[in-house]
Amino acid sequence: MTSYVLRRLGVSLLILLGASFLVYQLVALSGDPLAEFRESNRPNKDALMAQRSALLNLDVPAPVRYFLWLGGAVKCVVPGQCDLGRTLQGQPVTQALGSAIPSTLQLVAVATVLAIVVGIAIGIVTALRQYSALDYGVTFLTFLFFSLPVFWVAVLLKEFGAIRFNNFLADPSVPIATVVVVGLVSGLVWAVIVGGDLRRRLITFAVATVAAGGVLWYLGATQWFRYPGLGPALVAVTGVGIAVGLSALIAGSQNRRALYASLVTVALALVAMFALRPLLDRATLPLILLLGLLAVGAGVLVGYLFGGYDRRQSMRVAGLTSFLVAGLVMLDRFMIAWPSYFTAVRGRPVATIGSETPGLSGDFWVHGLDKYTHLVLPTLALMLISLASYTRYSRASMLEVMGQDYVRTARAKGLPERVVVVRHAFRNALIPLATIVAYDIGGLLGGAVITENVFSFKGMGALFINGLTHQDPNPVMGTFLVVGITAVVFNLLADLAYSALDPRVRVKA
Amino acid sequence: MSSTTQTDERESREVPGELRGMSQGALVRKRFLGHTGAIVSLVLLVLVVLLALTSVGVGPIPGWWQYRWTDTPVLQNGGRPTLQLFPFSLGEHPFGQDTVGRDYFAMTMRGTQISLAITFMVGMISALIGVVFGAASGYFRGWIEAVLMRLTDMVIIIPVLLIGAVIAYNADGGVLVLGVLLGLTTWTGMARLVRGDFLSLREREFVDAARLAGASDARIIFRHILPNAVGVITVNATLLMSSAILLETALSYLGMGVRAPDTSLGLLISANQAAFSTRPWLFWFPGLFIVLICLCINFIGDGLRDAFDPRQRKVSLRRMKESGPGRPDAAGAAPAVAAPDRTDGQPRSGPVGSVDGA
Repeated sequence: MTSYVLRRLGVSLLILLGASFLVYQLVALSGDPLAEFRESNRPNKDALMAQRSALLNLDVPAPVRYFLWLGGAVKCVVPGQCDLGRTLQGQPVTQALGSAIPSTLQLVAVATVLAIVVGIAIGIVTALRQYSALDYGVTFLTFLFFSLPVFWVAVLLKEFGAIRFNNFLADPSVPIATVVVVGLVSGLVWAVIVGGDLRRRLITFAVATVAAGGVLWYLGATQWFRYPGLGPALVAVTGVGIAVGLSALIAGSQNRRALYASLVTVALALVAMFALRPLLDRATLPLILLLGLLAVGAGVLVGYLFGGYDRRQSMRVAGLTSFLVAGLVMLDRFMIAWPSYFTAVRGRPVATIGSETPGLSGDFWVHGLDKYTHLVLPTLALMLISLASYTRYSRASMLEVMGQDYVRTARAKGLPERVVVVRHAFRNALIPLATIVAYDIGGLLGGAVITENVFSFKGMGALFINGLTHQDPNPVMGTFLVVGITAVVFNLLADLAYSALDPRVRVKA
Repeated sequence: MSSTTQTDERESREVPGELRGMSQGALVRKRFLGHTGAIVSLVLLVLVVLLALTSVGVGPIPGWWQYRWTDTPVLQNGGRPTLQLFPFSLGEHPFGQDTVGRDYFAMTMRGTQISLAITFMVGMISALIGVVFGAASGYFRGWIEAVLMRLTDMVIIIPVLLIGAVIAYNADGGVLVLGVLLGLTTWTGMARLVRGDFLSLREREFVDAARLAGASDARIIFRHILPNAVGVITVNATLLMSSAILLETALSYLGMGVRAPDTSLGLLISANQAAFSTRPWLFWFPGLFIVLICLCINFIGDGLRDAFDPRQRKVSLRRMKESGPGRPDAAGAAPAVAAPDRTDGQPRSGPVGSVDGA
């Protein structure tokens, strides 16, 4: 095993060396760093050219220059000694990378995590209901999402998600026609999702249409979009829904202990919502993280105390419920901060470019809202596209597992369908997905070049593409190095994870 | 699509009698023709290709449309589109005019031509390289495999955008250069898939039999193994093309692909995105064509996969549960994108794959 890992790492190192040499030559071929001076008629033109030549070692031919760069890059093995050259503005590349990596991670990580969770959920459900209207609808949508050019989606999102939505927020009244259309669409969607025979579909359609239309009308009439909030009642109702749903899914509806445990955590969360209000007003990031951990811990503890015939199940259900309800409480607090954020940005909350509003003053909640309103559009654009592939993968994987003999055995021995799906099929369907997820995470740092470009987001992708278009070789090489190394490492991890999760696969030692 | 399920239900019951004496090709054709989505997409794609080719003409041959993409007629009615669906009429400028009055229908058609040309070129070239590399490394193994696969690993981590930038600086954004160079960088996934297929096929009995009968390596590869891998190759070539069109439009969008005075769908969007609030049609039409082409290719790829892979016959879980015994086929489409490159080169070989080809 160790020898396999070492051998793979050795080979990867050689590949990285070869590829970085090639990339360096290509970068040298992709433009002339002196071009901007050649055509200028500034008096100190020659001095500027000489200065830049000295900065980039342009008097050395590119194949040899690579080794000068490599000499600096190799020092990165020793912490603090890293030398990846400087950008044209004279900033060290390591410093530029240091600020680009966190902002890229912020953007891409949320989109990827959401895409994975939602994609797998949709894929599993469509696999369980293969060849239903839901399955066909989702299949068509995933193909459509595959086919969308991300820059096109991004421009559409900017127009409809930001500009027109902001216009709507300036005067948040919902016309009756919109209420009817939204109601009908949601009725249709729910009828397809719930399925069943014609009668059940019609009932679902009617209920969902009336409910969605009514809620929308109510929200419009009460100026909710201007002064949003959940309030304790809505948190309680949603929390109970989460508790019942999760315990039915994970523990089964016969396991009363798990249900009671999660209901108690919902009650605790409601108490905490009032008790912690003064604390939340002065919130900071560490405090929120601490409270989140405490919430999960409290949930697990409640689950432990309730026990039941499967103690771990109760703990899992209660912990998860507690986490989600804590999220709801957070959401409510963010909504309370909304009006003050709304006036702070002069009524244009959803941003189309950048990663934060410059010079914004406010507490933790206002800054949080600012960050999220900047992230929401690029995240949506990225999510839509990767969501499609996760849905397809998990659907295919689940279908494959559902046809296995052990699933038939599980059914034959009389297990309820929920246990067959959740315990036997779902977990095994995740195995091939683990490798895909690992590869994707390996590629995360590369950022989303086009998305970052469209939304003027300063991340790795922007660093790379700006370097390319401004004939600035060092940042391009820097991003390439970071991306290449993470890709290689995560490829190795993916292979190891696969063999660890599925013992039938062995690595060649 | 629901009609496909019915035909397949019928098909799966009548399989023994009906399929006796059908060649592999006939079987594949029959299954493909039964895939409604794929057939509709194929027809649509052919229509789009014909429309793009005939409307503004190819090279010196003039098309039937009155304007060319370089003409600048007088701006009429603010350049609004004159296309009417009910009753159908094209009008003077069906897709409107851009800011200087150029006919946007002609420009979109020209852009479609260019984007399609690059797409097909990238598809063909990278499929060719991928198949050659994959076949050679999978069949011969040993040092050939080691060298080719390390080369593949190297090409994978070279960013495609960099190639775009090199083209943008050194060439004038010609279709040929762009197509060839992009083809030279996108073959890696195909090479790994084909290698994986060859690795398993070369251990099969019919290969041993051919070798015992004295067949040469070339004969075994071309007559015995390649025909068995043709499904994987066709499906992936299709999906390669659907990603190639997105790649080409993205490059043109970033200003690294096709450049003015010629045009491509990505370039049209890039040039007109700022005008979205004033002249939205400049933004909509090229985008809709990209989506339409890509969607069609994806559906065709899905249909081809269902046609080539006999395990993918459609059997619904409910029917399976009701009818009791019988091989429950793990039906349904495998992912519609090419599997992400696995370093082991054996993509989707089921749960019992082996890392590093062990």
